[in-house]
Amino acid sequence: MAVRKPPITTREYWAPGHAACAGCGCAAALRLATKAFSEAMEEKYGDPNAFAIAQATGCMEVVSAVFPYTAWKAPWIHVAFENAAAVASGVEAAWKKVGRKGKILAIGGDGGTADIGMQALSGMLERWHNVVYLMYDNEAYMNTGIQRSSSTPYGAWTTTSPPGKLSIGEDKPKKWVALIAAAHQIPYVATASVANPYDFIKKMKKAAKVDGPAFVQVQCTCVPGWRAPPEKSIEITRLAIETGVWPLFEIENGDFHNIKIQAPGGGAKVKREGGRIVAIEFKKPIEEYLKLQGRFKHLFKQPEAIDIMREQIKAMWKVLGVDVILPKPEE
Amino acid sequence: MPIRKVMKANEAAAWAAKLAKPKVIAAFPITPSTLVPEKISEFVADGELDAEFIKVESEHSAISACVGASAAGVRTFTATASQGLALMHEILFIAAGMRLPIVIAVGNRALSAPINIWNDWQDTISERDTGWLQFYAENNQEALDLILIAFKVAEDERVLLPAMVGFDAFILTHTVEPVEIPDQELVDEFLGEYMPKHAYLDPAKPITQGALGFPAHYMEARYGVWEANENAKKVIDEVFAEFEKKFGRKYQKIEEYRTEDADIIFVTMGSLAGTLKEYVDMLREKGVKVGAAKITVYRPFPTEEVRELAKKTKVLALLEKNVTFSVGGALFQDFSRALVNESEKPKIVDFILGLGGRDVTFKDLDEALAIAQKALTGEEFEEVNWIGLRKEIL
Repeated sequence: MAVRKPPITTREYWAPGHAACAGCGCAAALRLATKAFSEAMEEKYGDPNAFAIAQATGCMEVVSAVFPYTAWKAPWIHVAFENAAAVASGVEAAWKKVGRKGKILAIGGDGGTADIGMQALSGMLERWHNVVYLMYDNEAYMNTGIQRSSSTPYGAWTTTSPPGKLSIGEDKPKKWVALIAAAHQIPYVATASVANPYDFIKKMKKAAKVDGPAFVQVQCTCVPGWRAPPEKSIEITRLAIETGVWPLFEIENGDFHNIKIQAPGGGAKVKREGGRIVAIEFKKPIEEYLKLQGRFKHLFKQPEAIDIMREQIKAMWKVLGVDVILPKPEE
Repeated sequence: MPIRKVMKANEAAAWAAKLAKPKVIAAFPITPSTLVPEKISEFVADGELDAEFIKVESEHSAISACVGASAAGVRTFTATASQGLALMHEILFIAAGMRLPIVIAVGNRALSAPINIWNDWQDTISERDTGWLQFYAENNQEALDLILIAFKVAEDERVLLPAMVGFDAFILTHTVEPVEIPDQELVDEFLGEYMPKHAYLDPAKPITQGALGFPAHYMEARYGVWEANENAKKVIDEVFAEFEKKFGRKYQKIEEYRTEDADIIFVTMGSLAGTLKEYVDMLREKGVKVGAAKITVYRPFPTEEVRELAKKTKVLALLEKNVTFSVGGALFQDFSRALVNESEKPKIVDFILGLGGRDVTFKDLDEALAIAQKALTGEEFEEVNWIGLRKEIL
């Protein structure tokens, strides 16, 4: 009987036995990311293990390395919350000096990347370290119990952006971290989703193979933080793509005139000019994404807040060079 | 043959780094130690030092990059001062807890506010509980020597702790003195190549570093840092002896000067020790029985040596360029603790002086002496005294 080759290596670097929640999108992201990294190292250096990981404090760090256990089958270091990029810089410099071939993977959540780790990230990218920075974006400080970060989307409930008489929940739009990373004119920047694993793997491999710094931002669910059922993690993140909430794109060498936008699926109509996507008419309203998550539940009592969200999403796509139509749900 | 060059302490520190051959240096400019990374970057640019020099965006990232590099198994070095060291504070605990033998050269400088770039020891003293070893240099030669010694002690398998070497802002960092640069071959013999057994990021042998420690393990890890500090006491003596044998310069945790039959021993650190020795010479000529002691190793604290010193005198007068508010100077606490259970002990008088670069003159020391003499003759005295205060502007 013919056995099909698995689409990705069966080697594991993020091993079973970690303490993440059932249905954790970010755990899935790290498992895929390290597998992809390993394949890239094998293709680039002939050694699937030619990498080390520097990880920021956060939920994925806490659940994976509880002394005397570890979920990591790769050399791994955690130092503090805000400095994964700086630690990775040091590791990379040391490897370079001792002539060790391979690449460093830095990992941080949205808090450790978009907020407290932003300076170290910028420094690392600007100095051109041979490091891939992976931001797993679950859109709040989940390790400390669901507080808002600058990557929390507009309208979301968190414990520090509670909806109330005077509050809609988080009242600022989500920070565009991938665009900030791209502003460093680095070789490779991409956004990705755990709902689209092949695309995510492809991007991680591409990031791992470039010479110089790369940044990948992957959106992934947090079951308790998003107040969502564990079995819906992938469905929710797929809806984020299909409703226009989470755009998938690549930017190479900081070329903002050549942002590679991906078609979102979900029945969206895509208009291209010279191969480039310039307009998307989404078919699924963002409400389909929002309604599966308890963190947006309160918005349905204030539909004008969802309209504000639609305007913000349009503005974001505009920056990416794409005109979008976001439908309202049928009455 | 060793060569002698006239240089600032900052240059001496850079030379020490060059001789120690670190593989990664990460640094951010800060007054008064900026010249250290400048000089090192020249060595690297000229091919005289084969190292990666990471021009980081902050001191927080400087020490973080050093942690990464040291955890990857290579010798690492950085330099900073004052606010820069304070910005590293969080990571200093982590470097010690992860048992990474990083060495930092510190141009000892006051902390804000008011912002002040001149000398006192508040920056390093404020880091005394991080687990780092601390050495203080009296002059530029000591700055160079103690950095080499710091590497050797820090990397010893019985220790494995990071170390900082302090030298006074401007008084040393920007003042030229003749400094003997040891032979590279001798330094290579002295330090050897750093080959860690506990910390490396090797794909062939993956290990997890910096894991979460639950209550069941945290205390033991902290005790490890305590025990390593205790072990360092013996190791420092051995390394001092080896250094003397190889390079001919003698170091002690506490260096004594004319302490024989002294009624009062002044104790200090850093460059003030030079002033103090002259002051003691002057008093001895007048027949006043005083001596001086210089703390070269502040962490681990030389408790046994302090107890021996205390046996030689009736009054210990501590001259300190740092403050712990409502308590006194750091040495006052450390000396009090070292002597608290001794049956015979001298009186201890504390002096806070020279903060933020204020000159310490013989007139100031006269003021301190007068108070110390009160303690000697059994008169009432203040335990903590601010010397050289401009009371007219208070």
